[in-house]
Amino acid sequence: MEKNKARSRFIVLCVAPAVILFLIFMVYPTLNVFRMSLFERGAYSPTETFVGFNNFKSLVSDAYFIRAMQNTILLIVVVTIITFAFALVFAGILTREKVRGKELLRVIFYIPNILSIVVISGIFSAIYKPENGMLNSILSLFAGHQVTTLWKGENLVMLSLIIAMVWQAIGYYMVMYMASMAAVPQSLYESAGLDGAGRVKQFFQITIPLIWTNIRTTLTFFIISTINMAFLFVKAMTSGGPNGASEVALSYMYGQKDAGLYGYSMAIGVVIFLFSFILSALVNKVTKRTPLEF
Amino acid sequence: MEATKSLKKNSNSGEKLYKFFIYLVLILLAVSIVVPVAWVFMASIKENSEFYGNPWALPAGFYWQNFVDAWTKASMGDYMLNSVIVTALSLVILLVVALPASYCLSRFKFVTSKFLNTMFMAGLFINVNYIVVPIFLMLRDGDTWLKNVFGNGFLLNNIVVLSIVYAATALPFTIYLLSGYFATLAHDYEEAAYIDGAGYGRTMISIIFPMAQPSIVTIILFNFLSFWNEYIISMTLMSSANGPKTLPVGLLNLMQAQQSAADYGPQYAGLVLVMLPTLILYICVQKKLIQGMTVGGLKG
Repeated sequence: MEKNKARSRFIVLCVAPAVILFLIFMVYPTLNVFRMSLFERGAYSPTETFVGFNNFKSLVSDAYFIRAMQNTILLIVVVTIITFAFALVFAGILTREKVRGKELLRVIFYIPNILSIVVISGIFSAIYKPENGMLNSILSLFAGHQVTTLWKGENLVMLSLIIAMVWQAIGYYMVMYMASMAAVPQSLYESAGLDGAGRVKQFFQITIPLIWTNIRTTLTFFIISTINMAFLFVKAMTSGGPNGASEVALSYMYGQKDAGLYGYSMAIGVVIFLFSFILSALVNKVTKRTPLEF
Repeated sequence: MEATKSLKKNSNSGEKLYKFFIYLVLILLAVSIVVPVAWVFMASIKENSEFYGNPWALPAGFYWQNFVDAWTKASMGDYMLNSVIVTALSLVILLVVALPASYCLSRFKFVTSKFLNTMFMAGLFINVNYIVVPIFLMLRDGDTWLKNVFGNGFLLNNIVVLSIVYAATALPFTIYLLSGYFATLAHDYEEAAYIDGAGYGRTMISIIFPMAQPSIVTIILFNFLSFWNEYIISMTLMSSANGPKTLPVGLLNLMQAQQSAADYGPQYAGLVLVMLPTLILYICVQKKLIQGMTVGGLKG
């Protein structure tokens, strides 16, 4: 009895601080996103008036919001496809082939992942600078005349964001897949080689199916994190500009908060929440395969 | 005979082409990562007039003044101190809170243990930046209330509160990683300790935690990087112009200010100041970091 009491006291003491912090700073704010989306709130007073679904009604006809969602979806689709295709192929090459300096390459590829997005934005500002920027000066060399492309102009800003985001993400996933590919037994490749299967066939019929579980989990998480990464990049690199051309869902939500439209901002938050949940559930379902053992 | 020979020769040169292609692509990728980073280091010691010429020209000399300007005039020195305090404090809070919680959640069965485990797992799917607005409003309302009652609010523009928010929002991932490790340990360790007369707390602190050292190192590394590099929460919760700022937010302000002033040197010096600590850490522990990452599996 005494021992039971001590056990309960110990458990409560250990678990309570984590639960309390989690409730205050994660559960309560999350519930608040949903609650506040139904209210109108003054910019400087905490008084709230219930407006039902009015915030959502205005969202549907808000051209800026629709553009922000389109940009988000564009980034999710393009960045995911490019990053995963390159990461898988490079990881496959680095694990299967005898490449000199493999360790050094691995160390280099991982560098972008440890830098702050603010730093990466600063680096890419130097790359994209119209006059004397790194990219334009290289292009000038090939073109033979001074190139002054506006990489952060309205037409190219999304492309520039995509390049920066792929640059940041590719190494992390490559290193991750290298680890799981290294666990695939060598004998499988040897017998496939004897049966006459070439590199490409081996890659698609042995490597990919055997690490499918890993690909699937990372894909789901990557899609959620791209919604967030897009915001981090946009906020530091373009502030949504020019003229809202690079606005994404979260940066638009943040901008509405700065404008003091809290109810509206949270309605966007609700849309983002539902969007990311539905999307990851969808990806999870679509990519479902019977896991293979090796 | 001749045909097979030429076929063999053909596939051999194909093989060579393939190898060449692999090296080309890998080296291109490596160059595209290393060169821009190295370029920033080079730019940070250039004088302002040098930025109007060829961007690939080597710096004329070591223009140390950029760093002095960034450190003092742009207050990067103060921001650096703030970042060090916030990162260290968040890590301490996180470990003190998460270690015992993960231990209990993974090794004890009690009434709510299943529910709590699911709750923290669900937390993995909540991105902090989705909920930054309500966190900000909650703290601002708290400040208003404190002002009315005590005449002074202290929740916003406070690096201690920021550290608590960082630690709290890192809990789900940290508990997920640690519980995964604790769950693999055999129960014999505790039973032996109990027989020797050690209580629950003593067993946890002096038997279990030392065994979890590799996992703890992984957690410190990951969270160091995410706390040090974070800027959205920091920018939102410490938005006052004269209040304290962390390094990435200070750098962002500096970059936006220099954009119009066309004073590039200090900006690149600031970039170097922010990334140097993470790069040094990375060089020292890169093996461990990459190992830990593949053990952890996923990151939000």
